[in-house]
Amino acid sequence: MSEPFEPKIVGLLCSWCAYAGADTAGVSRVQYPPNLRIVRVMCSGRVDPLFVARAFEHGADGVLVAGCHPGDCHYLSGNNYAEERFAKFAQLLDFFGLDQRRFKLAWVSGSEGARFAAIVAEMTEELRALGPLELKVQ
Amino acid sequence: MDAHAYDALVIGAGISGMQAALDLAEKGYQVLVVERQASIGGTMAKLDKTFPTNDCAICITAPKMVELARHPNITLLTSAQVERVAGSVGHFEVTIWRQTTYVDPEKCTGCGDCARACPVEVADTFNGRLSRRKAIYLQFPQAVPAVYTIDYAQCTGCGACDRACGPGAISFLRRSQPLTVTVGSIVVATGFEVLEPTELRREYGYGRFANVLTALQYERLMAASGPTDGHVTRPSDGQAPRSIAWIQCVGSRSTQGGHPYCSKICCMYATKEALITREHAPDTATTIFYMDLRAYGKDFQQYYRRAADHGVRYVRSRPASVSENADQSLMLEYEDTLTGKVASETFDLLVLSTAVVPPPENRRLAQALGIAVDEHGFFVARDALRAPLHATREGIFLAGGAQGPNDIPDCVAQASGAAGLAAIPLSQRQRTAEPVPPAERDVAAEAPRTGVFVCSCGKNIGGFVDVEAVTASARALPEVAFAEACTFACSEDAQRKIRGAIEANGLNRVVVAACSPITHGPVFQQTCAEVGLNAGLFEMANIRNQCSWVHSSEPGPATTKAADLVRMAVARASYVKSLPVQTIEVTPGCLVIGGGAAGMTAAITLAEMGIEVVLVERETVLGGKLNLLGKLAPNDLPASTFREHLVHEVQRRPQIKVFTGTEVGEVSGHVGNFQVTLDGGLGEAITQVQVGTIIVATGFREVDLRGRYGYGDDPRIITQLELERHLRDGTLGKPRSVVMINCAGSLDAANPSCCRIGCSVAVKNARLVHQAAPGTQVFLLYQDLRVYGKGQEEAFTQMLAEVAPQRIRYDAERPPQVSLEHGRIMVTVYDTLLRDELEVEADLVVLTAALRGDGETPRLKQMLKVGANAQDFYHEAHAKIRPLDFTTEGIYLCGGDHYPRSIPDTLAQAAGAASRAAIPLLRGRVKVEPIVAEVEAARCSGCGLCVPHCPYGAMRLDPERGVLVIEEVLCKGCGTCVAACPSGALQQRGFADAQVLAMIETAWEGALV
Ligand code: FES
Repeated sequence: MSEPFEPKIVGLLCSWCAYAGADTAGVSRVQYPPNLRIVRVMCSGRVDPLFVARAFEHGADGVLVAGCHPGDCHYLSGNNYAEERFAKFAQLLDFFGLDQRRFKLAWVSGSEGARFAAIVAEMTEELRALGPLELKVQ
Repeated sequence: MDAHAYDALVIGAGISGMQAALDLAEKGYQVLVVERQASIGGTMAKLDKTFPTNDCAICITAPKMVELARHPNITLLTSAQVERVAGSVGHFEVTIWRQTTYVDPEKCTGCGDCARACPVEVADTFNGRLSRRKAIYLQFPQAVPAVYTIDYAQCTGCGACDRACGPGAISFLRRSQPLTVTVGSIVVATGFEVLEPTELRREYGYGRFANVLTALQYERLMAASGPTDGHVTRPSDGQAPRSIAWIQCVGSRSTQGGHPYCSKICCMYATKEALITREHAPDTATTIFYMDLRAYGKDFQQYYRRAADHGVRYVRSRPASVSENADQSLMLEYEDTLTGKVASETFDLLVLSTAVVPPPENRRLAQALGIAVDEHGFFVARDALRAPLHATREGIFLAGGAQGPNDIPDCVAQASGAAGLAAIPLSQRQRTAEPVPPAERDVAAEAPRTGVFVCSCGKNIGGFVDVEAVTASARALPEVAFAEACTFACSEDAQRKIRGAIEANGLNRVVVAACSPITHGPVFQQTCAEVGLNAGLFEMANIRNQCSWVHSSEPGPATTKAADLVRMAVARASYVKSLPVQTIEVTPGCLVIGGGAAGMTAAITLAEMGIEVVLVERETVLGGKLNLLGKLAPNDLPASTFREHLVHEVQRRPQIKVFTGTEVGEVSGHVGNFQVTLDGGLGEAITQVQVGTIIVATGFREVDLRGRYGYGDDPRIITQLELERHLRDGTLGKPRSVVMINCAGSLDAANPSCCRIGCSVAVKNARLVHQAAPGTQVFLLYQDLRVYGKGQEEAFTQMLAEVAPQRIRYDAERPPQVSLEHGRIMVTVYDTLLRDELEVEADLVVLTAALRGDGETPRLKQMLKVGANAQDFYHEAHAKIRPLDFTTEGIYLCGGDHYPRSIPDTLAQAAGAASRAAIPLLRGRVKVEPIVAEVEAARCSGCGLCVPHCPYGAMRLDPERGVLVIEEVLCKGCGTCVAACPSGALQQRGFADAQVLAMIETAWEGALV
């Protein structure tokens, strides 16, 4: 039997809420699987769909974009634009034959350490079931 | 300036002293800090975690210590004490005794060779005597200054250290010396100690039985840098205890013991210690034996519930005696006060939450300073109600544990408050101009030479991640010119090494792999700046919060991940550029929203510092809650008298412009330049004001209890606030029986919080009711009596003696029922102590209603772009160390909108918020966000798609050139516009596509071919 598949995840997190939530998970020692690599941006609104595409291209099996809860964006509306942008983007994933479940947009506040950990754990589980990403188109 | 002339003196450099010193220094005043110990940091540096957020104490203290040590306006004297103070406010002449440590701080590198050579071992007092240290020693790994000290009392003078010291830093010829300085004002922040309960030997066996510790000793056992590396073990045999008990109020709340006051912090730290113990070792049974559980602060009750849910057992009890079993476990005999049963139980370890006591040193210092201490030795305020931070001599101010037990945020608020008041006598003095940033190296043309520093954070990282392996993998990366592991990267000593490595190796990028850039980034950026590296050339890999702490059981994958995170940071570092630092001029003036006790005090403090204030009050009169209250604790001053006094102080100051009957309409701008619209209501003028900073002091309100406890059904069922009005107006009448129900609408599923002040309000009003209507029988229905801190417990005892109320303790599960029967008000309640249901007829029911933030909070928080919780209380920037700041720069908070608090606490916070808000105003310039968006005109097609994405109106199209223009001062650096640009013409400084993609593409090496 081969080794169990361990998915590779890239997380693009806004600095004010989601990244702070990941910090809180640490401070409260909430354990989650070590399958995520976090990239900090100031706001989820900064996340260009290109970033997500590149992550898939460079080995990620899943991508998590996380920002502040609606209404809580430190810059007022960045997360609204992120939501709009990625709703469209998710459709495109289908087009490229990527399972939509490989991409996740989540809202996490700075105090939701446990929730952040749960999101990562759940996503890891889901990707384990989906198996490795095999990109057909370049 | 005379070398020995300073503007202010701060005595004591724990968290309070440090905050006071930084607040003064940031305003441009020259501050001398005198600390008795060899290192600054105080008690907070000894703690493992802090409640209720479980923040690592040293992780939030160390950056402040470093900041203080390197502040250009602060001079630090450690191992020194104040001997004499002559003169008067504005011109104090202070004699200081500098104890020699026989070590030259300039030469000592902190290497520790001396300690290894020293043959003398003594008990380590920093570790509560649980371990041993040498006669030459460093107090703790993060000590500031990071200089070894000789403990002269223990030193045998053998000279081994001198021979071992490479740099020749040790000289036995260095003498202790007096030093005389002049200062304008003084802040006293000498902190507190805990009772060493040797006199209680007989009862609890401390000092007699090996496995009985004080809570502060236990704190050291839990600390990663403590004597057992954070593993809780029994002193007797080094085994992990299977059961631990805490006994609360040891020495406190006891007149016989000499400490009648409540120590205020013990319920919460015991809860924290038990909770964290269980998180580390879930099989450990933890029990807290308490009298009343005083979880009184913001989120404290929730924290206590969380501990209980995690299996911490709470026993309301009266402990009787402790004896030692043959295996050195301890047998505790106690009476359970809920069941009335006497029981005995065995525990492996016993922790005593002993009384908070003043340092014995206080009495001598009080004489030197010419100020008063109380019978215990705490410094006393000039007026406990109205001037809680003024010592009894003009120009001397008090902060933190020096005047009684306090938790960290209260200490910090008081420290800022004391600093604000201490700045007043200095207001005519010349302030030090904004320091010129150190010259920067231009590295734009250089190929990346990256230095990597991997922190093991004691055991926090090193315990789970192979730090050496991570360092080695970093060293192998082509861009990396230097890589090294360090124990505490944020310590003064490690910072010095980083600076040295940058210079010695010509590094032009620095990556620190440690904790979070949010908490520690600025500290390292400052370090880099000191040797000419721009802040933008610094990068952090968060291998603690994102790795060691969350993958504690998987050291292999954790190490791989840490190496990956470092590689990503190094990749990004190759693309980073210097971020130009720009500053803008600050509009003088501060807007204070809310004209209650907090807002008025903040306004007065600012005006006295010479700052213009716009004070806005929604109601037609100033005063806020003071308009509704009867008499104020602790000295029964009529609220109206106090209100009059404050209003007069506001009105007589030309610097304060008052707008009553006015609401804040709109707020735009940023720190340094806020434009605010003031709306005077229908038909009234709209006024525009410009200010540099804003203080929010909008207070609190009672929740609407209609439909509960019969409230609204009968005029004889009222709230405490309504009772206050009766007491004020003399309309109470002659009720024969008054039933007060505490925690009405609090501590339940819908609102789990404790309102902090309800118990003390009930205690005060019970007495005032008794005075207004003697002969009235008062019933006090409560869950826990949370009369915390100095003064409240005593007031409670006094009330019991005078009023003799019938006290009935009820449980949240069975709240009292209020019903109306044929015009009679009947209250039924299950008394958990009598274990019986009682029915009482009441002439008056007074509900101590739950409290919440102001009704305008949801609107204001949107406008000010700040956060608030479900109860409409604002979110401060940090629960422990930034209680008065918002995360949004230039906006501050104080008073009941943060959380309900007593008047003295409110006034302390208000002076503190004034101090914080004064900093940008007195400096005159603030730094502009460096990570703004920029446009490459040649690529911009002028489509304008980005413009609506900017919520700050920072972007507009230049109609002539047909390209975008960005107003950098308005840009806050979110980067949303950048992601919206279809032509790649926009970039964000510090978060350019190339920089972000560098990380994304190296996150998982096995990139697709
Ligand atoms: S800052 Fe978090 S989503 Fe905008």
